[in-house]
Order: sequence, then structure tokens, then C-alpha cells
Amino acid sequence: MTQDGDQRGQGIPGGDDAGSASGTVFPGPARAGGDDLVQLIDASGVRHPHGHYDDLVADVDGAALQKLYEDMVVVRRIDAEATALQRQGELALWPPLLGQEAAQIGSGRALRSDDFVFSSYRENAVAYCRGVDLADILRVWRGNASSGWDPYTINMATPQVIIGAQTLHATGYAMGIINDGADAVAVTYFGDGATSQGDVNEAMVFAASYQAPVVFFCQNNHWAISEPVGLQAHVPIARRAPGFGIPSVRVDGNDVLACLAVTREALARARSGGGPTFIEAVTYRMGPHTTADDPTRYRDANELEDWAARDPLARLATLLDSLGLLEADYSDSVKAKADAVAAELREGCLSMAEPVPSDVFRHVYSAPNAELDRQQDHYERYLASFAQAPQEGPR
Amino acid sequence: MSTMTFGRAINAGLRRAMDEDPKVVLIGEDIGKLGGVFRITDGLQKDFGPHRVLDSPLAEAGIMGTAVGMAYRGYRPVVEIQFDGFIYPAFDQIVCQVAKLHYRTQGAVRMPITIRVPFGGGIGSPEHHSESPEAYFTHTSGLRVVSVSNPQDAYTMIQQAIASDDPVLYFEPKRRYHVKGEVDEGIDPTVSDMGAARVVTEGTDVTLVTYGPLVPTARDAAIAAADDGLSLEVIDLRSLAPIDFATVESSVRKTGRLVVTHEAARSGGLGAEIAASITERCFDYLEHAPVRVTGFDIPYPYSKLEFHHLPDLDRILDGVDRVMRRPNSLSGLDVEGAAQ
Repeated sequence: MTQDGDQRGQGIPGGDDAGSASGTVFPGPARAGGDDLVQLIDASGVRHPHGHYDDLVADVDGAALQKLYEDMVVVRRIDAEATALQRQGELALWPPLLGQEAAQIGSGRALRSDDFVFSSYRENAVAYCRGVDLADILRVWRGNASSGWDPYTINMATPQVIIGAQTLHATGYAMGIINDGADAVAVTYFGDGATSQGDVNEAMVFAASYQAPVVFFCQNNHWAISEPVGLQAHVPIARRAPGFGIPSVRVDGNDVLACLAVTREALARARSGGGPTFIEAVTYRMGPHTTADDPTRYRDANELEDWAARDPLARLATLLDSLGLLEADYSDSVKAKADAVAAELREGCLSMAEPVPSDVFRHVYSAPNAELDRQQDHYERYLASFAQAPQEGPR
Repeated sequence: MSTMTFGRAINAGLRRAMDEDPKVVLIGEDIGKLGGVFRITDGLQKDFGPHRVLDSPLAEAGIMGTAVGMAYRGYRPVVEIQFDGFIYPAFDQIVCQVAKLHYRTQGAVRMPITIRVPFGGGIGSPEHHSESPEAYFTHTSGLRVVSVSNPQDAYTMIQQAIASDDPVLYFEPKRRYHVKGEVDEGIDPTVSDMGAARVVTEGTDVTLVTYGPLVPTARDAAIAAADDGLSLEVIDLRSLAPIDFATVESSVRKTGRLVVTHEAARSGGLGAEIAASITERCFDYLEHAPVRVTGFDIPYPYSKLEFHHLPDLDRILDGVDRVMRRPNSLSGLDVEGAAQ
């Protein structure tokens, strides 16, 4: 049985046929969420006009499309390089985003610098959009730190590992935005599996209660490690939000332009006091959950083939080609950029400063702590004792 | 200096903290118009508005998780958990986020969140309204945990907790809310240390360590023991994480005997930590093994039996007798100096 079967006929995108969907947004809580997908570029790379969303991406000209394509190529290359680094023993683990480039780049490029992102651990492309130092993406996975960057430098919290917990943080942050009288927006990324968590449901309750400027960006990538989305959701996930009083929209998550459009609309709503929006970006995790996972144990190879035919990069390349925007000079420059980024990533990984033992005691508290200081003192003296007996080491 | 109840002292401390820092926001269930089920936040929403005193949906994880987000944004949230037994839905957010974010982000993100928890028994309530969950939190690195025992400390320490850049669990002994005491509202909360234990009564024979609701009971025990010719030194820990071991240690070096008492269950409790740490640090000064007088290892019982579970004056004195090798409930009345 394919994943579509597990979805109990909920109309997961079927390539071209998804393009026939009317793709309307659900304008408010009064209207129950429907199952139609917003799609502007279909799986075969054909741009379809859209009565509502075309206006939201009217500024996206050929050059802008080329930039979106470049972004997706680069983040796919980052992903491949990081996977290689893991296989070479330089990273302990890596969570690939292969297949989800459009969802992350389309939404990530819609954000303003003063918006704040609360993501899970797979949003490396969003971090790229936020301007993260490349090596910082790897810091956690190399085991050199518990997080890669100072969240305030790029206005993006470091990856959240507890499934769904970050949705509440985004909602609280958005409540703070209200108190500040600002027009920034908190954007939270999570997956289909996270929507089963109480935290995500409570976040929607709070967001609706306080009309918080938060965008819930759910990447339904069909798999929560080995568990298919059909195990967690009997109806399309986007349908849940209107029950909380939150307008929702389902978008083709492999269509970068559609993802940009729906995210822009949600951000505009939040900035103008219209409260939260729930976006379900229907995409597919083409790789394993992490490099420690083996998806051949639980999913059909045919399903992967089906989704490979809806690849987010391939369809945009086809569209660019049809517009005469995929000339050799441009393609070469994209490839050169990806190669340069990959080289920078690798260099940053290999040259990363190693932590020292006393670092384990740092930053537990912001103020001195006598008991912890005592433990650190004992441990440092213990370590120093080996220096006096160099033949012996910790066993 | 004015006389006020314990609950009123917390209210006054909250009000002062809100006056002094516009980033202090309160969030919890029923804390707005109602002023909280114990009226601790009485009048604050009226005076500071609904954006600073937020009545929340009934979801503790949601309250805690949104407080984390507000702290990210630069606020100092003060969370009210309505009753001790209702804190568990928020446990994940407290342990995985509130406690760890400063460490996780190498100091970049601070979590100056105060989590107020009415705790402990003795008010005749049904299940989930009388628990002492402090050890779950003292076991969690990254949190500070305090418990207040009198109106003055309640007033001062709520301000210190709010001013702390580290998250603080602030345990309020609900059965003492109506106790009155003198409070100096002019006191500068920055001059004293929330982490310092307080010697309640000085003594020379036994060190009696406790915190929160049992501090008055311990003080009464010291008075009763004095009639019996015993001098107890009562220590109110105030801070449960970190523990001011220096104060306890110097007392035990003087007395040679340690009794710890708390309402919480015994196994893995604060008493175990204090007994172990003091034994490690001043074994050679001890005349007797430390003695714990605690709640039993049972779920909190129904109210007609709760005073069999809660340590009281007599059980504390029985523990004092044990540490003094006097006849006690474990030795049998006719066996002088028997082992426990």
C-alpha cells in the first residue's frame, strides 16, 4: 500500500492532478479547512495562474526565480556534504532535508529579519535563509556544543529536539510582540508527527486566545521516523486548525513559489493584527529520518519513486528552462556557488575548535553556583592528577 | 514595617517587582479578576492591565511553554501553577526547556522565569492539592529552587526570584498563607542573598534542618526541646537548589547531630541529599547518623489521614530523641540508648 492509501483518500498531491486543485486559502475560522492544495508550479514545471496567490508573488521575476533555484541547489548540496561528513566520521549524526527544500526556502525567503523562527532540527535550509554561519549548522551534530549559534544574531532559535515544544515558544514570543507593540512575527516549523503532541495543540489554543502573531508552518513530510502520517492523522492536518479558530491553508510543499506565497499571506495577516495562521506544506522526506535511520525497513521503494517525480528542484529547473533562464552561464554559477558553500562547510567542520573538559560546567547558571564550582574544582584536580603520572590515563 | 499575611506579602512583592520592571508579566489560571484561587495576585490585573496579568487557558504545558517564548523576547514571566499537583503537565517544558536553554545556548538565551507553586499539605484538600514535588526540580540542573517560610522572606524572595536571570521554582507553603508577620517593605531585595540559609534559632545539641511549611513546626520543636534540656539549632534552608551547605556544615560541626524534616516523601528527597552531603563533609564530627523525619513513601493520602503523613512536632521530637540516642519510638521505652 502506498502512503496515499494510508491517507484514506485524503488527496495527497498526485503530481499533475494536484495542479487542478483550486487551492483556496481558508479565510477565517468560520470556514472549515479544505483539502485542496495551493500550487503555482506543478510537478512537470508548468506555471499555473492562480486567482488569489499570483498577486502575492507578482514581484517574483525571472531573476528572483533563479535565486530561489540557487538557494535550493545550495541547501541540497549542504545536505549532501553533511551526509558525507557523517559517513566519513566527522559528524555523529545528520538529519537530511532532502525533498523539503521548496517548503523551507519558499517560507524562509518570505521572512523579515526581525521575524523570529522557532524550528525543529531539520530546518537547515531555513537557517541558511536566516544567514547562519555554515559551520554553526554542524556544531551540534559534530558533538561540539548543544546548539550552533546565538539565536539573537539571526533571530532563529537553535534546533528543538523535543517534538513540538518550539510551537509554544513561538506563541509566547508572539505574545511578547503584542506587548511590545511591534509588527514582527514568530514562525514555528514542525512536522506531521509533532501535530500529535499536546504542546502543538496547546500552542494553537494560546495563539488563538491571544490572537498572537505566529505562523504555524507544518511540513507534512509523510513520515515521523517509521510512522506514516496516516497513523497520526485521519484527515488532512490543515483541517484541524479552524477548530482552534485559526485559518489554515494546504500548500504543495514541493512548489517553492506557492510556499513563498502562502507564507507571505500568513505573515501579512499576523503583522496587521489578524492573528495566527496554520500552513500545512505537503512534501516528502526523501531521505532517512537521520543518518542512523534505514527507511528501507518501513517504506515502499515505489513511494520514493513517485515523490522523486515531484522533486522540488527538478520542477523549477524545468520552468526556468522553459523561460530561457537556465543557460549554461547561470547553471555554472549555481554549481560554483554550491561547490564553494560545500567547501566552506567542510572546512568549517574540520577546523571547528574542540571543547575543553571544563566547558561541561559552563553556562548551567548565569550566576556562580557554589555546589557546581565545588564539583568542577574536584574534577579539574582529578584531571590534573594524571599530568603528574603521565603513564596513567582515565580508563 | 507593617503586619501582613504571608499571602499578602507575596502580593506586595509581586506588585513592587511589576512597578519596577515593565518586563515582568504574570501568567496563570484564574489570576486575573479572581486574583488566583488563593488571591495571591489580587488586584494586580486591575492595576497593571490584562497584558501584564494574563488569565491563561487551562493548560500548564502551554503556560510554561509560552513563558519560555516570552523570556526569549526579553520578558520576565512569573507563572502561577494553581496547585503543586498540577505542575506535571508543565514538567517537560520546565526540565527540557526552562532549565536547559541557558546551557544549550551557551549563555545566549536567559530564562528569567519565576514559577510560583503553592505546595504542601494540611488544608484538607482532595488528591493533587497537597503535594511536595520539590525534589523533582532540585534534581534538575539549571533550576534554582526556593521555599519561603515567613511573610518577610516571602516578600523579599519573590522579588529576588523575579530579578534572578536563572529560572526559579518558588514554593509557597499554602497552609501558612494566612499566617501574619512583620514585613519591612522598604527592604532592598538586592542586599541579601536568596541562596543563603537562615539560622532560625541557635542551639548546641542538634541541628534541625527544614524549609517552607515545617519551619514554624521546627521552631516549636526547639521550644519544646528546651523544656527538656535540649538545645536545637533550627535552620531554614530557604534555597533548596543550590543548598547552602556551608551554613548547615558549620552548625553540624558544632552540634555533631543532624535531623532533617520535610513533608515530601523520604526516598530520594532533600533529606537524603542533605544527610549524604553532610556525612561526606563532616563525618568525623558526627555523634550519630543523620536522622530524617519525613512524609512516607506513599501517594499523598486522603485528608482525614493527612496528619499521619505530615511530620508534626512530636514526630520531629521523636527524631531528635533518636539522634540523641534517647528512648524513642524505635528503641522501645524500656531500652535506654538502644540502636534505632
